[in-house]
Amino acid sequence: MIGSRTAGRRRSVAAATAATLVCSALVGCGGDVGGARTLNWYINPDNTGATQEAAAQCGRNSGGRYTIAISVLPATADGQREQLVRRLAAGDPSIDFMNIDPPYNPELASAGWLHEFTESQRAELLTDILESPIKTAEWKGKLVGVPYSANTQLLWYRKSVAQQAGVDPTSPNFTWDQMIDAAVKTNTIVSEQGKRYEGYMVWVNGLIESAGGSIIRDNERGRDATVSIDSPEGREAARIVAKLANSSAADPALSTADEEVGRITFQGENGGFMLNWPYAYASLQGNIADGATDPAVLQDVAWARYPRVKADVPSKPPIGGANIGISRFSTKKDLAVEAVKCLISPPMQKIRFLGLGDPVATGSVYDDPDVRAKYPMADLMRESINDAGPRPITPYYGDVSSAVQRTWHTPAGVNPDSTPATAAKLIDDVLHDRRLL
Amino acid sequence: MTVTREPPAKAAARRSPTVELTDRALHERRLGWLLSAPAFILMLAVTAYPMANAVYLSTFSYRLTDPAGKEFVGLGNYLVVLTDPLWWEDVGTTALITVVTVSLELVIGFTFAMVMHKIIFGRRTIRTSILVPYGIITVVSAFAWRYAFALDSGFVNSWLGLGDFDWFGQRWSALITICASEIWKTTPFIALLLLAGLAQVPESLIEAANVDGATFRQRLFKVIIPNMKAAIMVALLFRTLDAWRVFDNVFVMTAGASGTETLSFLTYRQSITRVALGIGSAVSVLLFLSVLLIAFIFIKGFKTDLGQVRGDRR
Repeated sequence: MIGSRTAGRRRSVAAATAATLVCSALVGCGGDVGGARTLNWYINPDNTGATQEAAAQCGRNSGGRYTIAISVLPATADGQREQLVRRLAAGDPSIDFMNIDPPYNPELASAGWLHEFTESQRAELLTDILESPIKTAEWKGKLVGVPYSANTQLLWYRKSVAQQAGVDPTSPNFTWDQMIDAAVKTNTIVSEQGKRYEGYMVWVNGLIESAGGSIIRDNERGRDATVSIDSPEGREAARIVAKLANSSAADPALSTADEEVGRITFQGENGGFMLNWPYAYASLQGNIADGATDPAVLQDVAWARYPRVKADVPSKPPIGGANIGISRFSTKKDLAVEAVKCLISPPMQKIRFLGLGDPVATGSVYDDPDVRAKYPMADLMRESINDAGPRPITPYYGDVSSAVQRTWHTPAGVNPDSTPATAAKLIDDVLHDRRLL
Repeated sequence: MTVTREPPAKAAARRSPTVELTDRALHERRLGWLLSAPAFILMLAVTAYPMANAVYLSTFSYRLTDPAGKEFVGLGNYLVVLTDPLWWEDVGTTALITVVTVSLELVIGFTFAMVMHKIIFGRRTIRTSILVPYGIITVVSAFAWRYAFALDSGFVNSWLGLGDFDWFGQRWSALITICASEIWKTTPFIALLLLAGLAQVPESLIEAANVDGATFRQRLFKVIIPNMKAAIMVALLFRTLDAWRVFDNVFVMTAGASGTETLSFLTYRQSITRVALGIGSAVSVLLFLSVLLIAFIFIKGFKTDLGQVRGDRR
């Protein structure tokens, strides 16, 4: 598969090279003839074709002003970032706009590679965008991206388990402690992501944010930001991680568990609670359609907002997704803004939400009857995305995340008294090039 | 890349210093310089400049994505790298991979060379089939090995009856897989160089030893190997330098996880992933120096004669 894909790419590169050679001889050939200009959009892989469909529709709606040509980035978040960094560092004018993993939006902006939207563009683009995603798209007070898709983690639980334990996860002040105790009492498992990867960082950050703290703040100071993970909130988060990991409610494979491992456990006979993205619900439906899972499980599954860390502080659920940034090296920025405006419009976002199953940052889409039919928890998703606690908004995000993963792994080894302090030291050292990572 | 010119001292010694060069010789020498100038300038542009730039960058604390935070730190980056346990851990891993692969490749490669040298029937077929792995692109071979050992697609576990043993989950098994792939891929290279060496051992010497009643062991260790020492050293040098910079297999199989990170991979992560150009350049300069050191030890310490591979020794 890899081989044929590489060969295909090589052929297309050869074809493109040949086309360029021919084009250099004839003036103005390619997509820019007769008014319709081609905008190049770099997207995350989408096998459903929903993104491509939305792009094609926008092209048609533009009345011949532009067409959108799609290039696909690598499958992994790291691979996507690396390719964008390499291309932008080289000033590649062939990218007009691109999907950016939100935590890396500040990094690209800080390097000066992204178009800063003007105030009027900002007002025009953000009218229907949820609040928390906007935070991920700002750097030093300027809008440097437009929230496009927005994902969030919900608490999924088995109604039978909650009933047996006598807890109500939908009550506004349901806490992590109550959840873990309920799972211990009923001999069930709380599924989380404890593998040493980004998903674990999502958990740690979700807990610290929900406690009202942050891992690092004053991020506009770059490497001299204040590392704030060694705080009462950080220690509280560490206490919860350690409590779960060392209790009978922990998945035996917690230290290597990603979203899928957690989902399988949750669907199994010991499933009790699970923190996971909404994709898990669609996958469960898929498993039942395949006959792999008992349909009774689906009837037993319910959802609630991310649990609180402190009973009196509202939780800040994890958020993911993608922002669209416009390259500073694009020669068609105004046209790109126009295209982005079309792509984030509710009809286009609906195509992606239903086709790809990717929740969106555009708020009004959640009121659409078709969306609500497919996602009965649409209101909760919108609320959760709106109130989410983003991962640290710093140009050094990659370093911060790696340092947290390294010091907080394994979950069972987390010590509230020392782990946050060790993490704080490592983050500060790494930001100042005093340690390798 | 390869040093093929004669050491100047030796060259000078051969010429008598008192003899005046003729006009013709002077012209030829000038012409020689002129003809090689374009290549020389090109080499300066694509090799010397990037290297000098790396040395320059290594004196800064500098992130590509935070240009405002660029700060001169002198040799500070080198101090950080050399005192960081991660660097030494990676040195250890790289050295381990180098020693294991090169020594096994030498033994297996020598056997292959003997087979290729002695075989009479199907000579071409055998030689070709031995050389096939070397013709495969390293990344492709790395993927093939990864899929063979992976839990989901692999057949190795069912062949060995290991159940769901995760080869890439622990350091030792992951290193074994990486080394095995490396050995499979590059043994033919050593075999090829050694075959050239074997061909240079005069047949008359072996016959003479035979007549004197030498056993196979004696012929091998007293006649054949001493006579091809130069070829062995060259093969060892090339492979050691390659193994020291191992990257592809690690990248494809484990991406440096489970304690399998090598020096090249560390350089890649600092410079490309973290875009920490300052400290990344420091790591790459240190990697370059370690390569130089290995080459120096081989050439001076073991008196390896690189002219041997070209067959231009007089």
